[in-house]
Amino acid sequence: MSGLATNLRVVRGLGMRSVRQTFRRPQLIAPIIVFPTLLLAIQTGGAAAAVELPGFPEVQSFLQFMLAGAMMQSMMLAGNSGGIALAVDIEMGFVDRLFAAPIPRFAIVLGRLAGTAALGLFAAIWFLAIGLIFGAEIEGGVPAALLAVVLITASSLAVGGLGAAIALRTGSASVVQGLFPLVLVLLFLSSAFFPEELMVEPAQTIAQYNPLSFIVEGVREPIISGIDATDTLVALAAILGIVLVGLGLSAAALRHRLRVG
Amino acid sequence: MPAIAAEGLERAFGEVLAVQGIEISVEEGEIFGFLGPNGAGKTTTVRMLTTLLLPTGGNASVAGHDVRSEARAVRASIGVALQEAALDPLMTGRELIRLQATLQGIPTAEGRRRADDLLERVGLDAAADRRVGTYSGGMQRRLDLAAALVHEPRVLFLDEPTTGLDPVSRKTIWEEVRALNDDGTTVFLTTQYLEEADQLADNVGIIDSGKIVAEGTPERLKAEVGHPHLELRLADGSVAEAERRLAEIGRLLPPKDGRCVLVEVPNGPADIPRVVRVLDDAGIAVESLELVKPTLDDVFVEKTGYHLASEDEEDAETEPIG
Repeated sequence: MSGLATNLRVVRGLGMRSVRQTFRRPQLIAPIIVFPTLLLAIQTGGAAAAVELPGFPEVQSFLQFMLAGAMMQSMMLAGNSGGIALAVDIEMGFVDRLFAAPIPRFAIVLGRLAGTAALGLFAAIWFLAIGLIFGAEIEGGVPAALLAVVLITASSLAVGGLGAAIALRTGSASVVQGLFPLVLVLLFLSSAFFPEELMVEPAQTIAQYNPLSFIVEGVREPIISGIDATDTLVALAAILGIVLVGLGLSAAALRHRLRVG
Repeated sequence: MPAIAAEGLERAFGEVLAVQGIEISVEEGEIFGFLGPNGAGKTTTVRMLTTLLLPTGGNASVAGHDVRSEARAVRASIGVALQEAALDPLMTGRELIRLQATLQGIPTAEGRRRADDLLERVGLDAAADRRVGTYSGGMQRRLDLAAALVHEPRVLFLDEPTTGLDPVSRKTIWEEVRALNDDGTTVFLTTQYLEEADQLADNVGIIDSGKIVAEGTPERLKAEVGHPHLELRLADGSVAEAERRLAEIGRLLPPKDGRCVLVEVPNGPADIPRVVRVLDDAGIAVESLELVKPTLDDVFVEKTGYHLASEDEEDAETEPIG
């Protein structure tokens, strides 16, 4: 078996372990699925009239508008949970078992990210299903739904890279867990839950340049109006940027961890 | 070529030199016992030899591969069971061994077969589909050992494999280590238990404060210490007076506790009547008297000046009563 095939099997094996671990540990799955679902229910139930505000984008329903935000929240928390799980592996010594194997050590990080991406995929499908069940329409049809799934999956991998970097650098689950509020702040300072045009300063300016807003719009537009090439490309560029930063920081943190032991 | 060789191996953490230029040579098919107290540098040495930690000085090779420049080849040749079995409590035993097989590049079908065989070999086949978090300490160590064996390594590193285990589980691990060694596996075993090193190891290295202070076969090391000693437990508190008088007979050894006197007897059992007479003349009552042949503890005391905590003492420290 070639080295590449072996390494891919390792990444797949570690990714599957990561997914199983998440589903077997309620404190990891709850932030990814349960909390965003509850928030979606509360927001759509309590603020549905927001669509009547002047300047609010033309949407079929508030639920349709909110689907992208719920998926983004779930994706961000999947990345955070992946970082927590990696830090737990470091704390309990499980990572040493992986480091002692004859595999490229970055495959260990990629395995964790593969698991995070799989959770992002699951979350995207979950929220699209919820939207469809409760009457939201996907204006762009099946291609739009697939595009949303791809963007959210890729975003999970990107944000997971940041979580992994922090976990590898600190080796502390509580530090990574402490980023949970920051995740929410970043989301609220983007267009995930509210249209950028209706925000007040300085939130509006921050949201305008927040990379998360670019990804949100790339996911939302196909749902509320149809696929737009510009929005899609901007979202992909934002994801690519986060991927590069996340993987770069992870590689540096891994080197540091291997050097100091 | 030795299976494991270290020359001037060092590891510093900031200003602290945890391992100070140690020399080790372990031949193929040998069980090497690396004995020392907590914090002596055993685990740091193992982490360097298993490529988990870069040395800051010296050289080391395992299975003929340099730990720095051929780290991946080293990792392909070794099995590692680290201190405090690092297992994921959410995985089942079978999942863990299969994952370990994947990490070692073993094809899926072969990995599944080996997982089943190993789980049976260590007596965990019935518990294979239970989560590891439900296993006892002994079961976790056996699973850890099985995981380390999945790729049939030439060299096996076991870092304190029986620490905290009950005597039955400890014996089970010992039997498995002996069986592996009979099959030709070289074993590098760290332990803080004298009996374990004495029972299992062909050669022993004693490490203290990051330095190897003695190395050789247990028999040779014990012979080097020389004479047997008498362990006298006194009925009253006249330890100082007893030591003053017994110093005329033989060298005094560091006592284990405040009611005990240890004195070397150059003539072995023939010195016992003289010891009894000396103490009787001084009016010192003896509760018990035991002639002790040199042990690895004596070697340890000889080389370091203090006793390595016994298993009973360890247990007493770690298991509060009530």
